[in-house]
Amino acid sequence: MNRWKRNLKRIWQDFYLVMIMVFLYAPIATMMVLSFNKSKSRTQWGGFTLRWYTEMFSSRNITSALVNTLVIAFLSALIATVIGTAASIAINSMKTVPRTIFMGLANIPMLNAEIVTGISLMLAFIAFGISLGFKTVLISHTTFNIPFVILSVMPKLKQTSRTTYEAAMDLGAGPVYAFFKVVFPDIMPGVLSGFLMAFTMSLDDFIITHFTRGAGFNTLSTLIYSEVRRGIKPSMYALSTVIFVVVLALLLISNFAPKKRQEN
Amino acid sequence: MNRKLLAGPYLIWMIGFVLIPLALIFYYGLTDRSGAFTLANIVSIATEEHAKAMWLSLGLSFVSTLICLLLAYPLAMILRSRGMGRTSFIVFIFVLPMWMNFLLRTMAWQTLLEKNGVINGILSALHLPVQSLINTPGAIILGMVYNFLPFMVLPVYNVLCKIDDNTINAARDLGANFWQTLFRIWLPLSLPGIISGITMVFIPALTTFVISNLLGGSKILLIGNVIEQEFNKSGNWNLGSGLSLVLMAFIIISMAILAKYDKTGEGSMF
Amino acid sequence: MKKRVSALSLAALTAASALLAGCGSGQEAASSNAGGASKGAGELYVYNWGEYIDESVIDQFEEETGITVHYDMFETNEEMYPIIEAGAVNYDVVCPSDYMIQKMRENDLLAEINFDNVPNIDQIDPAYMEMAQAFDPENKYAVPYCWGTVGILYNTQRLEELGVEPPTKWADLWDERLKDEILMQDSVRDAFMVALKKDGYSMNSTDEAELQQAKQDLIDQKPLVQAYVIDQVRDKMIGGEAAVGVIYSGEMLYIQDEVANLDLGYSLEYVLPEEGTNLWLDGWVIPKNAKNKENAEKWIDFLCRPEIALANFEYITYPTPNKGAFELLDPEMQNNKVVFPDLDSLKNSEVFEYLGEDADILYNELWKEVKSN
Repeated sequence: MNRWKRNLKRIWQDFYLVMIMVFLYAPIATMMVLSFNKSKSRTQWGGFTLRWYTEMFSSRNITSALVNTLVIAFLSALIATVIGTAASIAINSMKTVPRTIFMGLANIPMLNAEIVTGISLMLAFIAFGISLGFKTVLISHTTFNIPFVILSVMPKLKQTSRTTYEAAMDLGAGPVYAFFKVVFPDIMPGVLSGFLMAFTMSLDDFIITHFTRGAGFNTLSTLIYSEVRRGIKPSMYALSTVIFVVVLALLLISNFAPKKRQEN
Repeated sequence: MNRKLLAGPYLIWMIGFVLIPLALIFYYGLTDRSGAFTLANIVSIATEEHAKAMWLSLGLSFVSTLICLLLAYPLAMILRSRGMGRTSFIVFIFVLPMWMNFLLRTMAWQTLLEKNGVINGILSALHLPVQSLINTPGAIILGMVYNFLPFMVLPVYNVLCKIDDNTINAARDLGANFWQTLFRIWLPLSLPGIISGITMVFIPALTTFVISNLLGGSKILLIGNVIEQEFNKSGNWNLGSGLSLVLMAFIIISMAILAKYDKTGEGSMF
Repeated sequence: MKKRVSALSLAALTAASALLAGCGSGQEAASSNAGGASKGAGELYVYNWGEYIDESVIDQFEEETGITVHYDMFETNEEMYPIIEAGAVNYDVVCPSDYMIQKMRENDLLAEINFDNVPNIDQIDPAYMEMAQAFDPENKYAVPYCWGTVGILYNTQRLEELGVEPPTKWADLWDERLKDEILMQDSVRDAFMVALKKDGYSMNSTDEAELQQAKQDLIDQKPLVQAYVIDQVRDKMIGGEAAVGVIYSGEMLYIQDEVANLDLGYSLEYVLPEEGTNLWLDGWVIPKNAKNKENAEKWIDFLCRPEIALANFEYITYPTPNKGAFELLDPEMQNNKVVFPDLDSLKNSEVFEYLGEDADILYNELWKEVKSN
């Protein structure tokens, strides 16, 4: 009786998991199927084709948006990592009050609604006559990326002990040398994960980019938005499929291949 | 000593690109076109169309947050009971869609919900009546739930994983039934996760303009749409900034309320 | 907010993006981007409507002149204007519609075109230069690019199913039987044009009572409206999503082709409403803050070449004011009345005018009331 009841419970649970899974994946699966559909119709299968994929890769809009997205993500993550790591080191050596103020500053872009952050940056750029484009998107992304770096470097810094650093100095190392030899290796995992977090946040951003982009500048997100508002083309399905497969592959590799790096 | 100087670039950056921009929103929000001080932009939230958009935003994001919670909690409990670690395949499966660009995800729903879309195609193949699904508040709620569900699942799941099995077993041994354990043990212990889940879902839902645009056929105006249109279509930055200030106030209020619950939640934890 | 949660989940997933970051293609692209700017012949920032040019024309222009073109698109005139006004982005050449050209001219945002650099201006049919005088009295600021009408597109089969006779006038868009079957334009002036014309007023009305009535009409019509869209009308109508849609005449050739290709089993017809409609004309203008004015003139001249205008016509299918291109068309197309309507069949029609800032604000207010209702 009890075992039967437990089985029933398990069946219910499996059913629930499957239902949620269907909910999550039905739209994605649909797009993948439609990306191979010869007919533009969404309800009729007109035969298999790769036409939408070739169309996608030959479109100069899509390729340049892809390049922009990656460049912005990489550069903004890099700048944010440098500024954020330096700031963390400084903040870590501060007394409570200034520390709270500095950390509070970092929280503003994280807690604010993205639409407000985007608008405020746009107003500032226009007010100071900075023309909207690559630069402004890069600045904006760096701005919302910095807090993520601080967030992931600070805990690592707190774990490092000041004594090893001082010991290194006693043994004749200069402060910079001592820092890179002693402290930096300890906080490296935090710096790295901060960088990666920043990189991913930048890749995914739409709203802030929407308000701060300008002349001929598109990231994938803004391009998709204008394409979708114009009417969905099958090449957009092809793009979704490619993105999904790339993300899937990357996450699979990182999660299930070598387990060692996970420790960090 | 000179270590503190390392905060210099950060301080300059944050003042230049966080504080000054915010100050500009206040400046525009509190002035009219000629630059004279006014509260009109803020007060305009009370006009019929703005108030309506604000209430609708609050209503729709409240409903979607609730649905997210109701869907996510059992899911997180099941995942936990199966003893799945962070990197297990099943957990991975539920996180994966979150890594797709969210515009693409919303577009997918457009494809499904349209009058001649996939769902109606299936319905008519089964000789069932075709439904009008897109361009309704329901479609917007669906879009919000779909996009923000993982943001509820993850924090709740993370907290649930930290709950000690012994606590649950102790409650069972002392004769508590399922509902008693749920309300006396599970929910209080997972409150911090629930709270952060609610914030993660409620605030982006409250401020969205994309989902309502793509799934609402521009027929349904949310406060995010009003603000976006003031900037990108009507070109009335003062009004747009004023309404942004109101929106910020709403966010701060809702976070303050949630933070209060969070504190009591943590208090009862130990 | 959303970002913070993603951060939580990142712990387990960070290594993934390491691969992305490591792939280096980003860096190369960055340097090539920067390199492009320093090329000799300079740059040109073009701001145009979405899908409003044959992309190969841009390539051809770049090849011929060595100028690097930065091409950006907008969806509505209202979206474009503040960007030019703010001057945050220095576009060199922009393609707004009639009333917006007037607004930009009146607000001193436009530079006079030096027609010595645009010899191909001869190719533009004088009739359209005359039409352009409605908003550019001395033909100093704008070169016509495309023109057309706004009308009603309807799905014959769907209307038959609903038992509704084909529409002939704007008032037919208030037929109760068309519940959830109408696609309206999602821009202030276009939407009010429909209501104002239906009521027999001028679409350039600034009379508050007339506008209030138009607003009420639009609110009454809202339950019948499936969605307010812009460029999506075309694809939605082809997909059979709605029975009627308000659409720009230029979309018709594409639609007719597509309907024939897809073998859809229904046909889409276009009608010019009896009450008269919006006669519109888009033209190229050069903003005052343009940094590459001569390149902009080269661009305009290039687009006025008959074979280029023809290539663009074939791609965008909006009627061209270029007589050289018109003569290159086959007679069947020249006689296609949907694309090239007789100018005298448009007696009741008007060209949009810029109504001033107060009227702009009023229109926006009323439109917001319609939308939020």
